[in-house]
Amino acid sequence: MSKLLEARALCAFYGATQVLFGLDLSIEEGGITTLLGANGAGKTTTLRALCGMVRTTGDIRFDGKTISGRATEDIVRLGIAHVPQGRGTFSRQTVEENLEIGAMTRSGRAAIAADIERVYGYFPRLRERRRQQAGTLSGGEQQMLAVGRAMMLRPRLMLLDEPSFGLAPLIVEELFGILRTLNLTEKVSMLVVEQNAALALDVADEAYLIETGELVSCGPAQQLRDDENIRRAYLGY
Amino acid sequence: MELFLHQVLAGLATGGIYACMALAVVMIYQAIDHLNFAQGEMAMFSTFIAWQLIQWGLPYWLAFGATIVISFAAGVAIERVVLKPLHNAPVLSHVVAFIALLAILNSGAGFIWDYTIKSFPTPFGNGPLFAEGLMSRHDGGMIAVTLLMLAFLYLFFRHTRIGLAMRAAAANPESARLAGIRVGWMTALGWGMAAAIGSVAGMLIAPVVFLEPNMMLSILLYGFAGAVVGGLTSPGGAVLGGFLVGIVENLAGTYIPVVGREMKLSIALFIIVAVLCVKPSGLFGRPIVTRV
Repeated sequence: MSKLLEARALCAFYGATQVLFGLDLSIEEGGITTLLGANGAGKTTTLRALCGMVRTTGDIRFDGKTISGRATEDIVRLGIAHVPQGRGTFSRQTVEENLEIGAMTRSGRAAIAADIERVYGYFPRLRERRRQQAGTLSGGEQQMLAVGRAMMLRPRLMLLDEPSFGLAPLIVEELFGILRTLNLTEKVSMLVVEQNAALALDVADEAYLIETGELVSCGPAQQLRDDENIRRAYLGY
Repeated sequence: MELFLHQVLAGLATGGIYACMALAVVMIYQAIDHLNFAQGEMAMFSTFIAWQLIQWGLPYWLAFGATIVISFAAGVAIERVVLKPLHNAPVLSHVVAFIALLAILNSGAGFIWDYTIKSFPTPFGNGPLFAEGLMSRHDGGMIAVTLLMLAFLYLFFRHTRIGLAMRAAAANPESARLAGIRVGWMTALGWGMAAAIGSVAGMLIAPVVFLEPNMMLSILLYGFAGAVVGGLTSPGGAVLGGFLVGIVENLAGTYIPVVGREMKLSIALFIIVAVLCVKPSGLFGRPIVTRV
Protein backbone atom coordinates (compact mmCIF):
# COMPACT_ATOMS: atom_id res chain seq x y z
CA MET A 1 0.00 0.00 0.00
CA SER A 2 1.20 3.50 -0.74
CA LYS A 3 0.65 6.74 1.08
CA LEU A 4 -2.34 8.64 -0.29
CA LEU A 5 -1.97 11.60 2.03
CA GLU A 6 1.01 12.69 4.05
CA ALA A 7 1.33 15.58 6.47
CA ARG A 8 4.66 16.59 7.94
CA ALA A 9 5.15 18.96 10.89
CA LEU A 10 1.58 20.14 10.51
CA CYS A 11 0.71 23.16 12.66
CA ALA A 12 -2.66 24.90 12.61
CA PHE A 13 -3.77 28.26 13.94
CA TYR A 14 -7.03 30.01 14.76
CA GLY A 15 -5.96 33.62 14.64
CA ALA A 16 -2.99 33.82 17.01
CA THR A 17 -3.87 30.61 18.84
CA GLN A 18 -1.94 27.54 17.82
CA VAL A 19 -3.98 24.34 17.94
CA LEU A 20 -1.81 21.73 16.22
CA PHE A 21 1.87 21.39 17.09
CA GLY A 22 3.85 19.61 14.42
CA LEU A 23 1.68 16.63 13.65
CA ASP A 24 2.99 13.89 11.35
CA LEU A 25 0.23 11.92 9.73
CA SER A 26 -0.05 9.57 6.81
CA ILE A 27 -3.01 7.79 5.29
CA GLU A 28 -2.67 4.54 3.41
CA GLU A 29 -4.35 4.24 0.06
CA GLY A 30 -7.43 2.04 0.31
CA GLY A 31 -7.51 1.87 4.10
CA ILE A 32 -9.53 3.34 6.92
CA THR A 33 -7.52 5.46 9.31
CA THR A 34 -9.01 6.79 12.52
CA LEU A 35 -8.00 9.83 14.47
CA LEU A 36 -8.78 9.61 18.17
CA GLY A 37 -8.48 11.97 21.07
CA ALA A 38 -10.41 13.74 23.78
CA ASN A 39 -12.49 16.87 23.35
CA GLY A 40 -10.33 19.75 22.25
CA ALA A 41 -7.42 17.54 21.24
CA GLY A 42 -7.48 19.03 17.74
CA LYS A 43 -9.19 16.26 15.77
CA THR A 44 -11.60 18.49 13.91
CA THR A 45 -8.85 21.04 13.38
CA THR A 46 -6.67 18.36 11.80
CA LEU A 47 -9.38 17.59 9.24
CA ARG A 48 -9.93 21.31 8.61
CA ALA A 49 -6.19 21.80 8.21
CA LEU A 50 -5.97 19.05 5.60
CA CYS A 51 -8.71 20.84 3.59
CA GLY A 52 -7.17 24.27 3.82
CA MET A 53 -9.94 25.60 6.04
CA VAL A 54 -7.58 26.97 8.70
CA ARG A 55 -4.19 28.61 8.54
CA THR A 56 -1.45 26.00 8.61
CA THR A 57 2.28 25.57 8.37
CA GLY A 58 4.06 22.38 7.42
CA ASP A 59 3.78 20.23 4.38
CA ILE A 60 0.70 18.33 3.20
CA ARG A 61 0.93 16.06 0.18
CA PHE A 62 -1.95 14.35 -1.52
CA ASP A 63 -0.96 11.68 -3.99
CA GLY A 64 2.53 13.15 -4.05
CA LYS A 65 1.36 16.70 -4.82
CA THR A 66 1.71 19.49 -2.29
CA ILE A 67 -1.71 20.83 -1.30
CA SER A 68 -0.83 22.96 1.73
CA GLY A 69 -1.71 26.59 1.18
CA ARG A 70 -4.21 25.86 -1.57
CA ALA A 71 -7.85 26.95 -1.50
CA THR A 72 -10.39 24.50 -0.09
CA GLU A 73 -12.26 24.36 -3.40
CA ASP A 74 -9.11 23.31 -5.24
CA ILE A 75 -8.19 20.66 -2.67
CA VAL A 76 -11.72 19.24 -2.89
CA ARG A 77 -11.44 19.08 -6.65
CA LEU A 78 -8.44 16.77 -6.32
CA GLY A 79 -10.76 14.17 -4.80
CA ILE A 80 -10.88 14.85 -1.07
CA ALA A 81 -14.43 14.82 0.27
CA HIS A 82 -14.89 16.26 3.75
CA VAL A 83 -18.02 15.39 5.71
CA PRO A 84 -17.95 18.08 8.40
CA GLN A 85 -19.11 17.83 11.95
CA GLY A 86 -22.81 18.65 12.11
CA ARG A 87 -22.99 17.20 8.60
CA GLY A 88 -23.04 20.46 6.65
CA THR A 89 -26.35 19.65 5.03
CA PHE A 90 -28.05 22.23 2.80
CA SER A 91 -31.23 22.16 4.84
CA ARG A 92 -33.46 24.27 2.54
CA GLN A 93 -32.57 22.15 -0.49
CA THR A 94 -34.10 18.78 -1.21
CA VAL A 95 -32.29 15.50 -0.67
CA GLU A 96 -31.71 15.12 -4.38
CA GLU A 97 -30.49 18.71 -4.74
CA ASN A 98 -28.00 18.02 -1.96
CA LEU A 99 -26.65 15.10 -3.94
CA GLU A 100 -26.49 17.24 -7.08
CA ILE A 101 -24.54 19.87 -5.15
CA GLY A 102 -22.08 17.12 -4.20
CA ALA A 103 -21.43 16.50 -7.89
CA MET A 104 -20.97 20.19 -8.72
CA THR A 105 -17.33 19.74 -9.72
CA ARG A 106 -18.16 17.04 -12.25
CA SER A 107 -19.63 17.12 -15.71
CA GLY A 108 -21.77 14.60 -17.53
CA ARG A 109 -25.45 14.42 -16.69
CA ALA A 110 -25.76 10.69 -17.23
CA ALA A 111 -22.85 9.78 -14.97
CA ILE A 112 -24.17 12.05 -12.22
CA ALA A 113 -27.68 10.60 -12.49
CA ALA A 114 -26.17 7.10 -12.31
CA ASP A 115 -24.21 8.04 -9.19
CA ILE A 116 -27.33 9.44 -7.53
CA GLU A 117 -28.94 6.06 -8.13
CA ARG A 118 -25.89 4.38 -6.67
CA VAL A 119 -26.12 6.48 -3.51
CA TYR A 120 -29.80 5.55 -3.26
CA GLY A 121 -28.68 1.94 -3.58
CA TYR A 122 -26.52 2.29 -0.46
CA PHE A 123 -29.07 4.45 1.37
CA PRO A 124 -32.56 3.37 0.27
CA ARG A 125 -34.18 5.70 2.79
CA LEU A 126 -32.76 8.70 0.94
CA ARG A 127 -34.59 7.57 -2.19
CA GLU A 128 -37.89 7.60 -0.30
CA ARG A 129 -37.17 11.15 0.81
CA ARG A 130 -35.62 12.48 -2.38
CA ARG A 131 -38.07 15.38 -2.76
CA GLN A 132 -38.04 16.29 0.90
CA GLN A 133 -36.15 19.27 2.29
CA ALA A 134 -32.96 17.95 3.84
CA GLY A 135 -33.58 19.89 7.05
CA THR A 136 -36.64 17.75 7.77
CA LEU A 137 -34.66 14.49 7.83
CA SER A 138 -33.76 12.70 11.05
CA GLY A 139 -30.20 12.93 12.33
CA GLY A 140 -29.28 9.52 10.99
CA GLU A 141 -30.74 10.28 7.58
CA GLN A 142 -28.90 13.60 7.47
CA GLN A 143 -25.62 11.85 8.23
CA MET A 144 -26.34 9.36 5.46
CA LEU A 145 -27.12 12.24 3.13
CA ALA A 146 -23.82 13.88 4.07
CA VAL A 147 -21.94 10.69 3.24
CA GLY A 148 -23.96 10.33 0.05
CA ARG A 149 -23.16 13.91 -0.91
CA ALA A 150 -19.47 13.22 -0.34
CA MET A 151 -19.72 10.08 -2.52
CA MET A 152 -21.05 12.21 -5.38
CA LEU A 153 -17.64 13.81 -5.67
CA ARG A 154 -16.19 10.39 -6.55
CA PRO A 155 -13.53 11.02 -3.94
CA ARG A 156 -10.32 9.11 -3.44
CA LEU A 157 -10.21 10.15 0.17
CA MET A 158 -13.11 10.84 2.50
CA LEU A 159 -12.63 12.79 5.71
CA LEU A 160 -15.39 12.08 8.21
CA ASP A 161 -15.78 14.23 11.30
CA GLU A 162 -17.58 12.31 14.06
CA PRO A 163 -20.09 10.52 11.87
CA SER A 164 -21.61 8.84 14.94
CA PHE A 165 -22.35 12.12 16.70
CA GLY A 166 -25.86 12.25 18.17
CA LEU A 167 -27.04 9.06 16.49
CA ALA A 168 -28.79 6.06 18.04
CA PRO A 169 -26.50 3.00 18.46
CA LEU A 170 -28.39 0.97 15.86
CA ILE A 171 -28.06 3.73 13.28
CA VAL A 172 -24.37 4.11 14.07
CA GLU A 173 -23.86 0.42 13.48
CA GLU A 174 -25.67 0.60 10.14
CA LEU A 175 -23.73 3.69 9.10
CA PHE A 176 -20.33 2.20 9.92
CA GLY A 177 -21.28 -0.97 8.09
CA ILE A 178 -21.99 1.10 4.99
CA LEU A 179 -18.76 3.06 5.40
CA ARG A 180 -16.86 -0.22 5.45
CA THR A 181 -18.69 -1.36 2.32
CA LEU A 182 -17.91 1.93 0.56
CA ASN A 183 -14.28 1.54 1.52
CA LEU A 184 -14.11 -1.97 0.09
CA THR A 185 -16.29 -1.76 -3.01
CA GLU A 186 -15.74 1.87 -4.06
CA LYS A 187 -12.06 1.90 -3.01
CA VAL A 188 -12.50 5.10 -1.05
CA SER A 189 -9.79 5.68 1.53
CA MET A 190 -11.07 7.19 4.74
CA LEU A 191 -9.90 9.25 7.66
CA VAL A 192 -12.47 9.03 10.45
CA VAL A 193 -12.44 11.28 13.50
CA GLU A 194 -14.32 9.69 16.36
CA GLN A 195 -15.11 10.17 20.02
CA ASN A 196 -16.40 6.63 20.13
CA ALA A 197 -12.97 5.00 20.17
CA ALA A 198 -14.13 1.41 20.55
CA LEU A 199 -16.29 1.71 17.48
CA ALA A 200 -13.65 3.47 15.41
CA LEU A 201 -10.89 1.00 16.31
CA ASP A 202 -13.16 -1.82 15.24
CA VAL A 203 -13.50 -0.65 11.65
CA ALA A 204 -10.15 1.09 11.20
CA ASP A 205 -6.91 -0.36 9.89
CA GLU A 206 -4.66 2.35 11.25
CA ALA A 207 -5.13 4.64 14.21
CA TYR A 208 -3.69 7.92 15.45
CA LEU A 209 -4.12 9.20 18.95
CA ILE A 210 -3.58 12.90 19.61
CA GLU A 211 -3.68 15.08 22.69
CA THR A 212 -3.65 18.90 22.76
CA GLY A 213 -2.49 19.04 19.18
CA GLU A 214 0.35 16.56 19.49
CA LEU A 215 0.73 12.95 18.52
CA VAL A 216 0.61 10.49 21.42
CA SER A 217 0.64 7.21 19.59
CA CYS A 218 -0.01 5.68 16.22
CA GLY A 219 0.02 2.28 14.59
CA PRO A 220 -2.28 -0.49 13.45
CA ALA A 221 -5.72 -0.16 15.05
CA GLN A 222 -5.34 -3.62 16.51
CA GLN A 223 -2.23 -2.53 18.38
CA LEU A 224 -3.88 0.51 19.98
CA ARG A 225 -6.86 -1.58 20.90
CA ASP A 226 -4.69 -4.09 22.69
CA ASP A 227 -2.56 -1.55 24.52
CA GLU A 228 -4.02 -1.56 28.02
CA ASN A 229 -2.33 1.69 29.11
CA ILE A 230 -3.45 3.71 26.14
CA ARG A 231 -6.94 2.34 26.41
CA ARG A 232 -7.23 3.30 30.07
CA ALA A 233 -5.54 6.67 29.82
CA TYR A 234 -6.96 8.02 26.59
CA LEU A 235 -9.80 5.98 25.27
CA GLY A 236 -11.77 5.50 28.47
CA TYR A 237 -12.95 1.95 28.13
CA MET B 1 -65.57 53.53 -7.93
CA GLU B 2 -64.01 54.61 -11.17
CA LEU B 3 -61.57 56.77 -9.27
CA PHE B 4 -60.68 53.77 -7.10
CA LEU B 5 -60.09 51.54 -10.12
CA HIS B 6 -58.09 54.25 -11.78
CA GLN B 7 -55.89 54.68 -8.75
CA VAL B 8 -55.37 50.93 -8.38
CA LEU B 9 -54.27 50.65 -12.00
CA ALA B 10 -52.03 53.68 -11.68
CA GLY B 11 -50.63 52.11 -8.53
CA LEU B 12 -50.00 48.91 -10.44
CA ALA B 13 -48.09 50.92 -13.02
CA THR B 14 -45.83 52.62 -10.47
CA GLY B 15 -45.73 49.32 -8.59
CA GLY B 16 -44.10 47.83 -11.67
CA ILE B 17 -41.20 50.24 -11.15
CA TYR B 18 -40.84 49.25 -7.52
CA ALA B 19 -41.21 45.56 -8.34
CA CYS B 20 -38.31 45.82 -10.79
CA MET B 21 -36.13 47.42 -8.17
CA ALA B 22 -37.28 45.05 -5.42
CA LEU B 23 -36.26 42.13 -7.62
CA ALA B 24 -32.73 43.50 -7.91
CA VAL B 25 -32.64 44.11 -4.15
CA VAL B 26 -33.66 40.53 -3.38
CA MET B 27 -31.18 39.18 -5.89
CA ILE B 28 -28.25 40.80 -4.14
CA TYR B 29 -29.65 39.97 -0.71
CA GLN B 30 -29.73 36.30 -1.68
CA ALA B 31 -26.13 36.44 -2.83
CA ILE B 32 -24.53 38.47 -0.04
CA ASP B 33 -27.03 38.56 2.81
CA HIS B 34 -27.00 42.38 2.95
CA LEU B 35 -29.04 45.14 1.42
CA ASN B 36 -26.97 47.02 -1.12
CA PHE B 37 -27.60 50.73 -0.68
CA ALA B 38 -25.80 51.46 -3.94
CA GLN B 39 -28.23 49.32 -5.93
CA GLY B 40 -30.25 52.32 -7.12
CA GLU B 41 -27.18 54.28 -8.17
CA MET B 42 -25.84 51.24 -10.01
CA ALA B 43 -29.11 51.08 -11.94
CA MET B 44 -29.00 54.81 -12.61
CA PHE B 45 -25.43 54.59 -13.90
CA SER B 46 -26.38 51.69 -16.17
CA THR B 47 -29.26 53.72 -17.53
CA PHE B 48 -26.88 56.57 -18.36
CA ILE B 49 -24.70 54.09 -20.24
CA ALA B 50 -27.75 53.00 -22.23
CA TRP B 51 -28.62 56.66 -22.89
CA GLN B 52 -25.08 57.31 -24.09
CA LEU B 53 -25.17 54.30 -26.41
CA ILE B 54 -28.47 55.49 -27.87
CA GLN B 55 -26.98 58.98 -28.28
CA TRP B 56 -24.16 57.42 -30.23
CA GLY B 57 -26.72 56.03 -32.64
CA LEU B 58 -27.28 52.47 -31.46
CA PRO B 59 -30.80 51.15 -32.00
CA TYR B 60 -32.80 50.87 -28.74
CA TRP B 61 -32.76 47.11 -28.31
CA LEU B 62 -29.08 46.82 -29.17
CA ALA B 63 -28.29 49.47 -26.55
CA PHE B 64 -30.62 47.64 -24.15
CA GLY B 65 -28.77 44.35 -24.58
CA ALA B 66 -25.32 45.95 -24.51
CA THR B 67 -26.20 47.77 -21.29
CA ILE B 68 -27.26 44.53 -19.63
CA VAL B 69 -23.96 42.91 -20.59
CA ILE B 70 -21.88 45.91 -19.50
CA SER B 71 -23.78 46.16 -16.20
CA PHE B 72 -23.29 42.47 -15.53
CA ALA B 73 -19.55 42.78 -16.09
CA ALA B 74 -19.40 45.94 -13.97
CA GLY B 75 -21.30 44.21 -11.15
CA VAL B 76 -18.83 41.33 -11.17
CA ALA B 77 -15.93 43.79 -11.26
CA ILE B 78 -17.30 45.80 -8.31
CA GLU B 79 -17.56 42.63 -6.24
CA ARG B 80 -14.06 41.49 -7.14
CA VAL B 81 -12.40 44.84 -6.60
CA VAL B 82 -14.37 46.47 -3.79
CA LEU B 83 -16.19 43.76 -1.83
CA LYS B 84 -13.94 40.73 -2.07
CA PRO B 85 -11.20 42.25 0.08
CA LEU B 86 -13.89 42.94 2.70
CA HIS B 87 -15.41 39.50 2.80
CA ASN B 88 -14.33 38.81 6.37
CA ALA B 89 -15.00 42.34 7.57
CA PRO B 90 -17.96 43.18 9.82
CA VAL B 91 -21.28 44.28 8.36
CA LEU B 92 -20.61 47.94 9.06
CA SER B 93 -17.59 47.92 6.75
CA HIS B 94 -19.83 46.62 3.99
CA VAL B 95 -22.37 49.33 4.68
CA VAL B 96 -19.66 51.97 4.44
CA ALA B 97 -18.50 50.47 1.14
CA PHE B 98 -22.09 50.54 -0.17
CA ILE B 99 -22.49 54.19 0.80
CA ALA B 100 -19.15 55.02 -0.80
CA LEU B 101 -20.28 53.29 -3.99
CA LEU B 102 -23.51 55.24 -3.88
CA ALA B 103 -21.70 58.57 -3.55
CA ILE B 104 -19.09 57.71 -6.19
CA LEU B 105 -21.64 56.52 -8.77
CA ASN B 106 -23.95 59.45 -8.09
CA SER B 107 -21.32 62.16 -8.47
CA GLY B 108 -19.58 60.21 -11.21
CA ALA B 109 -22.75 60.25 -13.28
CA GLY B 110 -23.21 63.93 -12.50
CA PHE B 111 -19.65 64.63 -13.56
CA ILE B 112 -19.84 62.72 -16.83
CA TRP B 113 -23.40 63.47 -17.93
CA ASP B 114 -24.25 66.53 -15.71
CA TYR B 115 -27.39 67.03 -13.68
CA THR B 116 -29.78 68.25 -16.35
CA ILE B 117 -32.85 66.08 -16.73
CA LYS B 118 -32.82 63.95 -19.86
CA SER B 119 -35.64 62.08 -21.46
CA PHE B 120 -35.22 58.38 -22.08
CA PRO B 121 -37.04 56.58 -24.89
CA THR B 122 -39.55 53.81 -24.30
CA PRO B 123 -39.65 50.84 -26.65
CA PHE B 124 -43.33 50.24 -25.96
CA GLY B 125 -44.76 53.60 -26.97
CA ASN B 126 -46.58 56.14 -24.82
CA GLY B 127 -50.13 55.56 -25.98
CA PRO B 128 -52.78 54.05 -23.71
CA LEU B 129 -52.75 50.29 -23.28
CA PHE B 130 -56.56 50.09 -23.20
CA ALA B 131 -59.12 52.40 -24.70
CA GLU B 132 -59.94 53.82 -21.24
CA GLY B 133 -56.41 55.14 -20.91
CA LEU B 134 -55.95 53.87 -17.39
CA MET B 135 -52.54 52.44 -18.09
CA SER B 136 -50.02 53.43 -20.72
CA ARG B 137 -48.40 50.99 -23.11
CA HIS B 138 -45.09 51.66 -21.40
CA ASP B 139 -46.56 50.72 -18.00
CA GLY B 140 -47.89 47.49 -19.47
CA GLY B 141 -44.55 46.72 -21.09
CA MET B 142 -42.72 47.41 -17.86
CA ILE B 143 -44.95 45.03 -15.89
CA ALA B 144 -44.55 42.37 -18.57
CA VAL B 145 -40.76 42.66 -18.54
CA THR B 146 -40.72 42.47 -14.73
CA LEU B 147 -42.78 39.29 -14.78
CA LEU B 148 -40.54 37.91 -17.53
CA MET B 149 -37.43 38.55 -15.44
CA LEU B 150 -39.11 36.87 -12.50
CA ALA B 151 -39.87 33.79 -14.60
CA PHE B 152 -36.30 33.78 -15.89
CA LEU B 153 -34.89 33.94 -12.36
CA TYR B 154 -37.20 31.17 -11.22
CA LEU B 155 -36.07 28.88 -14.03
CA PHE B 156 -32.44 29.83 -13.51
CA PHE B 157 -32.42 29.08 -9.78
CA ARG B 158 -34.63 25.98 -9.90
CA HIS B 159 -33.47 24.23 -13.01
CA THR B 160 -29.84 25.00 -13.75
CA ARG B 161 -26.77 23.62 -12.04
CA ILE B 162 -25.17 27.01 -11.71
CA GLY B 163 -28.38 28.28 -10.09
CA LEU B 164 -28.23 25.40 -7.63
CA ALA B 165 -24.55 26.16 -6.97
CA MET B 166 -25.45 29.80 -6.23
CA ARG B 167 -28.20 28.74 -3.83
CA ALA B 168 -25.82 26.34 -2.13
CA ALA B 169 -23.11 28.99 -1.83
CA ALA B 170 -25.55 31.47 -0.29
CA ALA B 171 -27.17 28.96 2.06
CA ASN B 172 -24.02 27.39 3.46
CA PRO B 173 -20.74 28.81 2.13
CA GLU B 174 -18.53 26.43 4.08
CA SER B 175 -20.29 23.29 2.91
CA ALA B 176 -20.45 24.68 -0.61
CA ARG B 177 -16.67 25.07 -0.57
CA LEU B 178 -16.38 21.46 0.59
CA ALA B 179 -18.42 20.47 -2.46
CA GLY B 180 -15.85 22.27 -4.60
CA ILE B 181 -18.07 25.26 -5.41
CA ARG B 182 -16.13 28.47 -5.92
CA VAL B 183 -18.14 30.53 -3.46
CA GLY B 184 -16.35 33.80 -4.19
CA TRP B 185 -17.26 33.60 -7.86
CA MET B 186 -20.86 32.73 -7.01
CA THR B 187 -21.06 35.95 -4.99
CA ALA B 188 -19.56 37.85 -7.90
CA LEU B 189 -22.09 36.25 -10.22
CA GLY B 190 -24.85 37.36 -7.84
CA TRP B 191 -23.56 40.92 -8.05
CA GLY B 192 -23.41 40.71 -11.82
CA MET B 193 -26.97 39.46 -12.03
CA ALA B 194 -28.23 42.06 -9.58
CA ALA B 195 -26.50 44.78 -11.59
CA ALA B 196 -28.01 43.41 -14.82
CA ILE B 197 -31.52 43.27 -13.33
CA GLY B 198 -31.00 46.75 -11.90
CA SER B 199 -30.02 48.03 -15.35
CA VAL B 200 -33.24 46.67 -16.84
CA ALA B 201 -35.17 48.30 -14.00
CA GLY B 202 -33.36 51.59 -14.61
CA MET B 203 -34.02 51.57 -18.36
CA LEU B 204 -37.71 50.85 -17.78
CA ILE B 205 -38.09 53.43 -15.04
CA ALA B 206 -36.22 56.23 -16.79
CA PRO B 207 -38.96 57.01 -19.36
CA VAL B 208 -41.36 57.62 -16.44
CA VAL B 209 -39.24 59.56 -13.96
CA PHE B 210 -36.72 60.98 -16.48
CA LEU B 211 -33.01 60.44 -16.41
CA GLU B 212 -30.82 62.29 -13.93
CA PRO B 213 -28.29 61.22 -11.28
CA ASN B 214 -30.80 61.40 -8.42
CA MET B 215 -33.61 59.53 -10.19
CA MET B 216 -33.24 56.41 -8.05
CA LEU B 217 -33.04 57.85 -4.55
CA SER B 218 -36.73 57.57 -3.71
CA ILE B 219 -37.31 54.59 -5.98
CA LEU B 220 -34.73 52.50 -4.18
CA LEU B 221 -36.57 53.26 -0.95
CA TYR B 222 -39.79 51.97 -2.50
CA GLY B 223 -37.87 48.99 -3.85
CA PHE B 224 -36.62 48.21 -0.34
CA ALA B 225 -40.19 48.59 0.92
CA GLY B 226 -41.46 46.18 -1.72
CA ALA B 227 -38.72 43.68 -0.93
CA VAL B 228 -39.39 43.91 2.80
CA VAL B 229 -43.13 43.51 2.33
CA GLY B 230 -42.70 40.44 0.14
CA GLY B 231 -39.86 39.02 2.16
CA LEU B 232 -36.21 39.49 1.32
CA THR B 233 -35.78 35.81 0.57
CA SER B 234 -38.51 35.52 -2.04
CA PRO B 235 -38.15 37.01 -5.55
CA GLY B 236 -41.85 36.40 -6.27
CA GLY B 237 -42.79 37.97 -2.97
CA ALA B 238 -40.63 40.99 -3.72
CA VAL B 239 -42.36 41.59 -7.06
CA LEU B 240 -45.78 41.27 -5.45
CA GLY B 241 -44.56 43.50 -2.61
CA GLY B 242 -43.47 46.11 -5.14
CA PHE B 243 -46.94 46.15 -6.73
CA LEU B 244 -48.60 46.33 -3.30
CA VAL B 245 -46.46 49.28 -2.27
CA GLY B 246 -47.34 51.06 -5.52
CA ILE B 247 -51.05 50.52 -5.00
CA VAL B 248 -51.03 51.45 -1.30
CA GLU B 249 -49.04 54.58 -2.04
CA ASN B 250 -51.49 55.69 -4.72
CA LEU B 251 -54.61 54.91 -2.71
CA ALA B 252 -53.22 56.63 0.37
CA GLY B 253 -52.29 59.66 -1.72
CA THR B 254 -55.84 59.83 -3.07
CA TYR B 255 -58.02 58.94 -0.12
CA ILE B 256 -56.13 60.15 2.93
CA PRO B 257 -56.22 63.93 2.67
CA VAL B 258 -53.21 64.50 4.92
CA VAL B 259 -50.95 62.40 2.74
CA GLY B 260 -51.40 64.09 -0.62
CA ARG B 261 -48.51 64.36 -3.04
CA GLU B 262 -45.84 65.59 -0.67
CA MET B 263 -46.18 62.88 1.94
CA LYS B 264 -46.21 59.96 -0.50
CA LEU B 265 -42.60 58.99 0.17
CA SER B 266 -43.22 58.58 3.88
CA ILE B 267 -45.71 55.86 2.95
CA ALA B 268 -42.80 53.67 1.89
CA LEU B 269 -41.04 54.17 5.20
CA PHE B 270 -44.29 53.61 7.06
CA ILE B 271 -44.80 50.32 5.20
CA ILE B 272 -41.26 49.15 5.97
CA VAL B 273 -41.66 49.87 9.69
CA ALA B 274 -45.15 48.37 9.85
CA VAL B 275 -44.11 45.13 8.15
CA LEU B 276 -40.99 44.79 10.27
CA CYS B 277 -43.14 45.19 13.40
CA VAL B 278 -45.86 42.73 12.42
CA LYS B 279 -44.13 40.14 10.25
CA PRO B 280 -40.37 40.67 10.11
CA SER B 281 -39.79 37.95 7.54
CA GLY B 282 -42.22 39.57 5.09
CA LEU B 283 -45.37 38.12 3.59
CA PHE B 284 -43.63 35.37 1.64
CA GLY B 285 -40.17 35.21 3.16
CA ARG B 286 -39.07 32.41 5.37
CA PRO B 287 -38.14 33.17 8.93
CA ILE B 288 -34.41 33.12 9.36
CA VAL B 289 -33.37 30.62 11.95
CA THR B 290 -29.89 30.80 13.37
CA ARG B 291 -28.36 28.02 15.37
CA VAL B 292 -26.57 29.31 18.41
